[in-house]
Amino acid sequence: MKTLLFVNTRPPHGSVKAQEGLDALLMGSAFAECSALYLGDGILQLLDGQDTTQTDQKNFSLTFGALRDYGVDQVFCSKTQLDDKGLEPSDLVINVAALVDRDIAALFSSHDVVLNF
Amino acid sequence: MKFAIVVHGAPYSDQAPLSALSFARAVLAEGHEIYRVFFYQDGVHTGNRAITPPQDEVNIQRLWSELATDNHIELIVCIASALRRGVLDQTEADRYEKSCASLDPAFTISGLGQLIDAGLNADRLVTFGC
Repeated sequence: MKTLLFVNTRPPHGSVKAQEGLDALLMGSAFAECSALYLGDGILQLLDGQDTTQTDQKNFSLTFGALRDYGVDQVFCSKTQLDDKGLEPSDLVINVAALVDRDIAALFSSHDVVLNF
Repeated sequence: MKFAIVVHGAPYSDQAPLSALSFARAVLAEGHEIYRVFFYQDGVHTGNRAITPPQDEVNIQRLWSELATDNHIELIVCIASALRRGVLDQTEADRYEKSCASLDPAFTISGLGQLIDAGLNADRLVTFGC
């Protein structure tokens, strides 16, 4: 069975793209072994304590807690980019493995299919 | 080789649907197969048959529909993305009691499972638009 890597680079709000990326990841997990990588502003999707009550947008960050139930336990981000944003792993809503750049490159080559969102 | 093509960008707002169209033509010209074209996110607007560009511009929806009809290519728009953007076929228009359907008949509404299936069964999956 092929392995799928979902690469998420969009900030959580301002468009529905991040939410639709998560939808695709959840669907993928029903069919194949899936990993998720959050790069650039994509890491902001995982920030804990998001409040969208004043923006009429869905707080889909609450859904990340279900990833493990869907069998997605390989979730990664860039350590360099986490540091650049002044964030700690404890600021995120789920456990995420922070990788150095060389390991991110290895992550791409170790998966059969890469889907960008 | 079997290619799956994914389109994320909206026609005219984004180059993605036209770049993907050029790529699809090149794939066929080289004798390869197109397993499926999956329109996701703003890409679903590509199937909007109400698209009416000025006379000196191409009709991107029509170009895709013609390519698909001539070459028997499956064009899928994601149902979740399409419904929230008002791209509906007659079945969905009836279901939600909307006055008109907007999806061109060369396109089919289906689920995200079709994207995953394309990733698993095509030799290459190529995404246009970010």
